[in-house]
Amino acid sequence: MSEHILLRHRDIPNIKDLAVYQAHGGFEAFRKAVTEMQPDEVTDEVKKSGLRGRGGAGFPTGLKWAFMDKRNWPHYVIANGDESEPGTFKDREIMEENPFQFLEGVAIASYAVGAHRAYVYLRGEFWHVAKWLDQKIAEMEAAGLLGDNIFGTDYSLRIYTHLGAGAYICGEETALMESLEGKRGQPRLRPPFPPTYGLYGKPTVINNVETLTNVPMIIANGADWYHTFGTEKSPGVKIFSLSGRVNKPGNYELPLGTTFRELIYEHGGGIIGGKKIKAIMPAGASSSLLPATDEVLDTPMDYESVPKVGGMLGSASVIVLDETVSIAWLVKKTTNFFREESCGKCTPCREGTYWMERLTERIASGQGTPRDVETLYAVAKQIQGKTFCPLGEFSTMAVVTGIERFREDFDAAVKER
Amino acid sequence: MSSLAEKYPDEVKAILAKYPPEHKRSAVMPLLYLAQRDGGGYITKAAMEDVAQIVGISVSDVAAVVGFYSLYHDKPAGKYRIQVCTDVACALRGADKFVEELCDNLGIKIGETTPDGLVTVEEVKCLAACNHAPVFQVQTPDGLTYHQDMDIKATLELIEQWRKKSS
Ligand SMILES: Cc1cc2nc3c(=O)[nH]c(=O)nc-3n(C[C@H](O)[C@H](O)[C@H](O)COP(=O)(O)O)c2cc1C
Ligand code: SF4
Ligand code: FES
Repeated sequence: MSEHILLRHRDIPNIKDLAVYQAHGGFEAFRKAVTEMQPDEVTDEVKKSGLRGRGGAGFPTGLKWAFMDKRNWPHYVIANGDESEPGTFKDREIMEENPFQFLEGVAIASYAVGAHRAYVYLRGEFWHVAKWLDQKIAEMEAAGLLGDNIFGTDYSLRIYTHLGAGAYICGEETALMESLEGKRGQPRLRPPFPPTYGLYGKPTVINNVETLTNVPMIIANGADWYHTFGTEKSPGVKIFSLSGRVNKPGNYELPLGTTFRELIYEHGGGIIGGKKIKAIMPAGASSSLLPATDEVLDTPMDYESVPKVGGMLGSASVIVLDETVSIAWLVKKTTNFFREESCGKCTPCREGTYWMERLTERIASGQGTPRDVETLYAVAKQIQGKTFCPLGEFSTMAVVTGIERFREDFDAAVKER
Repeated sequence: MSSLAEKYPDEVKAILAKYPPEHKRSAVMPLLYLAQRDGGGYITKAAMEDVAQIVGISVSDVAAVVGFYSLYHDKPAGKYRIQVCTDVACALRGADKFVEELCDNLGIKIGETTPDGLVTVEEVKCLAACNHAPVFQVQTPDGLTYHQDMDIKATLELIEQWRKKSS
């Protein structure tokens, strides 16, 4: 796409400077919302746009905002900038290169739900991003875009950054809130969901960074305009983080519904060394493994189509595996990740990831037996449906689909001894 | 013992101001970063007591937070912690080999510190820079920096610069 909607820094140099951002219409959507629209009208427009959460679950954003409990105040908005799913690196580019559009999105969301305080939760590794956003927030305050009496109205808003300290689970919305409250980041039981019971027990909207970055453009141009991109049920654009065995890894902003083939071969420049593609992980380490058949390669990347070929769009972090990669090795990597990142709250995940890691290590190192493969499959299956939060489920996806769809790699690994 | 609040009154105040006054506990994490900086890269028991007192929770609650998150340390290590991502996407682009060669060059194993106490090499999970493998972050008492698209030569040069700066 020549004109970006989210990665606009690629079209407009120095959009990270406030003056440049404003010269390109920056904060006009926030002004329009605050001075011309009722909060509910803003929510309605976002609802009509069909925008769905870009953090993984794809939940309709406007609907989430409309769920906010109006009998319980204050309300909070949280931007989820934890970005820890292996293979995902889009939110970081947005915040580093187009920070004001993201912050404007936070501000509009806050106005829509009547929040006067918003937090940007960043993974601890984004230490430099936190400093950078603090600086951008200070510039907004100095320009009267945050603080009291914004645009001469009685609306007031303050945005704060909060740094995590290295824990994947804090990307899960309720664990994130625990963390922001100064506790260990362990998930809460849901329901109640955050729009009823969120930060400090108050109604809270939590949205992914990319989700929020769409909002100023939707308010500025209207819901109908947004529908000119993407598919009917998955409107708009998405940033695909492409990584693994491709020639040109990177972020690509494309309409939802673009095929895997176009992303990997046209934008990503194909496979390193002209090798044969073997499998795709469409949603990072939490993904099912999709065999790279023609059917899969021609599948549109949107929320409805990817499940039809046995996967999920998730955060759209597309990791590409070529013929040189053994799936037995790959699941050793993913189970190691989940064992490390399991928060330890529930037994199936805590113990299950430990056993899966031991088994996958043994198998991948050539020390395993065919029995180990059976046991690994059984352990993964036993974890499914029994964990407190989705992380436990995520940990089994590559294992189960790996054994089911790439059995020959496991057979080869346990025969080689 | 001089407390964080006495040593860094402005910073402590600014941290507390980020959260509603009745939810001071939220300041635990930023205060722990301050304590870690003050402690030269790790958090002592005394510092945890100090943080506990500022936010009004027990020391064991603070210790639980320190233990939960991987970027807080309760033991000293090298002045520069090189944390290399060897997670899935980077491993597909040679990260395992990179960390092995780096350790060989430094004569240490993963998790160890060079004898002069300058560098510790650690493996970490995805840093959200998968398109820039090999990538590592360097954690020092003062914060974190990313180093992307690295090779062994550039990394050893970087370490040499630190060595000169520290001697
Ligand atoms: C284990 C786990 C990790 C998650 N990590 C992230 C993350 O890093 N960033 C993110 O935005 N959402 C993450 N999510 C999804 C959030 O819980 C939540 O659905 C999302 O922030 C909602 O925002 P959205 O509707 O805009 O997508 C994660 C969920 C789970 C279960
Ligand atoms: S499934 Fe795993 S991460 Fe989730 S609560 Fe249980 S132990 Fe924690
Ligand atoms: S896998 Fe290494 S930065 Fe993402």
